[in-house]
Amino acid sequence: MADLSYVIYDFQGGEIMNETFVLDGKETPFRPGQTILEAAKNGGVVIPSLCYLKGSTPTGACRICCVEVKGARSLMAACSTPVTPGMEVMTDSELVHKARKMNVEFLLASGRHNCLTCEANGNCRLQDLAYFYKITELKFPEKPDEDIYPTEDINPLIVRDFSRCILCGRCVQACNEVVVNRAISQGYRGVTSKIVTGGDLPYHESECVFCGQCVEVCPTGALTEKKAQGLGRHWETEKIRTTCPYCGVGCQQWLHVKDGKIVKVTAVEDAQPNQGRLCVKGRFAYEFIYSEDRLKTPLIREKNGFREASWDEALDLVASKFKEIIQKDGPDAIAGVSCARSINEDSYQMQKLFRAVIGTNNIDHCART
Amino acid sequence: MTNSFADFMKAKMIMMVGTNMSEAHPVAATFVKDAVLAGAKLIIVDPRRTEMVDFAELHVQLKVGSDVALINGIMNVLINENLYDKEYVDTCTVGFEELKAKAMEYPPERAAEISGVPADMIRDLARRLASTKPAMLMYTLGITEHICAVNNVMSCANLQMLLGNVGFECGGVNPLRGQNNVQGACDMGALPNVFPGYQRVDNADARAKFAKAWNVESLPDKPGMMMPTMLENLPTGKVKALYVFGENLANTEPDIRHVEHCLESAEFMVCQDIFPTETTRFADVILPAAAWSENDGTFSSSERRVNRVRTASLAPGQAKPNWWIFKEIAKRMGHDWASNSAQEIWDNEVSVLAPSMAGIKYRRLENDGIQWPAPTEDHDGTPTLHKDGKFTCGLGVLKAIDWIPPAEVPDQEYPMVLSTGRRLYHYHTRTQTGRCEGINVLLSEETADISAADARKKGIADGEMIKVKSRRGEVKVRARVTREVPEGLVWMAFHFREGNANWLTNPAYDPITQTAEYKACAVRIDKI
Ligand code: SF4
Ligand code: SF4
Ligand code: SF4
Ligand code: FES
Repeated sequence: MADLSYVIYDFQGGEIMNETFVLDGKETPFRPGQTILEAAKNGGVVIPSLCYLKGSTPTGACRICCVEVKGARSLMAACSTPVTPGMEVMTDSELVHKARKMNVEFLLASGRHNCLTCEANGNCRLQDLAYFYKITELKFPEKPDEDIYPTEDINPLIVRDFSRCILCGRCVQACNEVVVNRAISQGYRGVTSKIVTGGDLPYHESECVFCGQCVEVCPTGALTEKKAQGLGRHWETEKIRTTCPYCGVGCQQWLHVKDGKIVKVTAVEDAQPNQGRLCVKGRFAYEFIYSEDRLKTPLIREKNGFREASWDEALDLVASKFKEIIQKDGPDAIAGVSCARSINEDSYQMQKLFRAVIGTNNIDHCART
Repeated sequence: MTNSFADFMKAKMIMMVGTNMSEAHPVAATFVKDAVLAGAKLIIVDPRRTEMVDFAELHVQLKVGSDVALINGIMNVLINENLYDKEYVDTCTVGFEELKAKAMEYPPERAAEISGVPADMIRDLARRLASTKPAMLMYTLGITEHICAVNNVMSCANLQMLLGNVGFECGGVNPLRGQNNVQGACDMGALPNVFPGYQRVDNADARAKFAKAWNVESLPDKPGMMMPTMLENLPTGKVKALYVFGENLANTEPDIRHVEHCLESAEFMVCQDIFPTETTRFADVILPAAAWSENDGTFSSSERRVNRVRTASLAPGQAKPNWWIFKEIAKRMGHDWASNSAQEIWDNEVSVLAPSMAGIKYRRLENDGIQWPAPTEDHDGTPTLHKDGKFTCGLGVLKAIDWIPPAEVPDQEYPMVLSTGRRLYHYHTRTQTGRCEGINVLLSEETADISAADARKKGIADGEMIKVKSRRGEVKVRARVTREVPEGLVWMAFHFREGNANWLTNPAYDPITQTAEYKACAVRIDKI
């Protein structure tokens, strides 16, 4: 019989975990089917990963998650190895750290990882790992310039900087298995490997629909939002959670804000309903709020066009005109259309104004369209 | 929606009717695609070959506006072949005998004649639908933008009840809402017949309750005008003043010329918006409003989830929150309202007055929001309505429904059908997306989408400027020759003022909801 002290309730799966394995010497519960990477979290151990993407098939491409498994001949990729009962896993051994460090050194040499000029500085998993392993110099010869593909910045929204691409394949997983737009894949072979669209065309000439999911999951600065360039470093921005202003799905967004200005928008991971996804509108169509065309002051019609007015003047005019019409023609001579894009509280106030103050039910909105 | 987006990914069988989900609700579409990758079956009912058809095992390419006939045909097969959920129908619904009698008038052959879908495909479709339980039905404006909107919606509900699919996870009848807060605007009572929380204005108890809360002696008891009626009554003088909050009626309503004539006739018009639009041109007073990220507040999504909206930056110039503007007008008309923030409005008024939202308070909305009904503060919300076939109002009502053709059908002069909708990159009249860098590059002008067959017939090349003409107007627009549309159909959107489909659309309305028939009118196309 399983030791009941290890029986814990896992909220995500809603199942009882009553099998155990040995994680860094400690008996740890797991759910059948969990990988080492997932099961390690049950014991509070976070194994570093680069290519692993939750919800898609593990590719085992980066080997950063390698761990020692007793009895195995080589190190195992934690993200793609399922746990078995009694398995003994070491995540913190010298062998493991040596291998991980070497992997990071390889990746650093595989492109141009000069963080100073990188948009992802401060928000890069490769940088974090290099820092953790105290890597201060390149151990391996750097990839020659002629082997690095030129940066694509002619599409309107996403910069593809191949010099920072570590070919982890997360973008490919996201595009094909998460949002299923099937726009990109692993192309070519060996040193010429590249993440490509069909026909290796730029994004805007391909099947790409600019959902930006690939940007969302890229662990380095290989894929970044063009409009965010130079507007603020990761550590300078504050994250504010909000709801997308466009369609009725209600996706949850992080607004990255610096000095009261939105620098970029990303998805809230694990949030309902969108589970870390956004579409092109939710991710890239936010700066209309800063447009110079915004209405900034009340306007009153004159013979030839509009003139600026104070709030008091404009509101007094509206109120007195309404009162006059109510008196002359009754409240039903006034009608209002509310806004299906604005917040609930605004619609509530408008219908209250019409019903309780003006005295008519002539209030509607464009739900009919 | 009766169900939740979380169900989409887990569904085993999905039927999508009149929804171009990958463009209009792209994130929702990703969940459907995930479901298909995990083995779900997808059936698409749509006159157009939308992108999602790539993922479907069956594309039922019906004629525009023939949904009721098709669904009656499906139900005919389900009943005749005894494939429907008899137990569910017996215990959870009423009206089966009437429905059956009506369905018997639509054998697959007749349904085929009307819908253009082969009779055998109708049989096949019915059998497939009955083969997996529960099946999830989703629809969008392809169902509602018709003069038979209500009939179409009820047909979808009929079908799902007959199959015993309402009231279960991964089942239900699920309309995806177009705007972020259409659901919320309805919930808040921005409708002529109900107070917040769908309490009817013609109910004396409801009126007494709201009159007390709002500190007034009485409230009007007669349902008010719907928007199309308001517009119609501007030229007649029955409506003198129109207050337009945030809607660009001059571009979004059918038959732009007529709409502009109506707006012009207003004696006094107030517009409250964040940008000057085609509509504000007609205003006497324009009030500048705070926008989306300049407000604290809530939106309610298609899945009835109340989500928080938070302030990221200040409104420009003197622009003010909309709720403040309404409060100030009320004050000037002799009413002092206590609530002085969106949170106070919600916590102290909305959730107190609307029983289905009584348990929703701002402090409970920090993370994922709550799906109403949530009647008490310890209620976690309701992901699935009518749980286990127990309908809120007793038994589910099956309705016998007849098919009617669209108000305007093709003839010799106007031989093609125009249907309209939305495209991925822009949102409605582009007041917002049109002002975002990059988006206009991805879609810079309107097109008229036509089939290769019609292009050939008319000698029109892809990308050529053509003329599309209806009884109401004509536009010059670039032709886009695509396999998405079948022969005889022209498809357009209304994102751009030039080439806006609404110069052409027909202001014919569903008699009950007054939804306009954006999805069908008669046009002709010509080379220029
Ligand atoms: S672009 Fe980013 S996510 Fe894609 S393979 Fe390169 S590093 Fe990985
Ligand atoms: S933006 Fe979206 S569609 Fe385009 S490549 Fe990235 S994930 Fe794929
Ligand atoms: S991100 Fe896209 S799918 Fe999500 S709510 Fe916004 S517009 Fe809709
Ligand atoms: S994270 Fe496991 S191999 Fe990359």
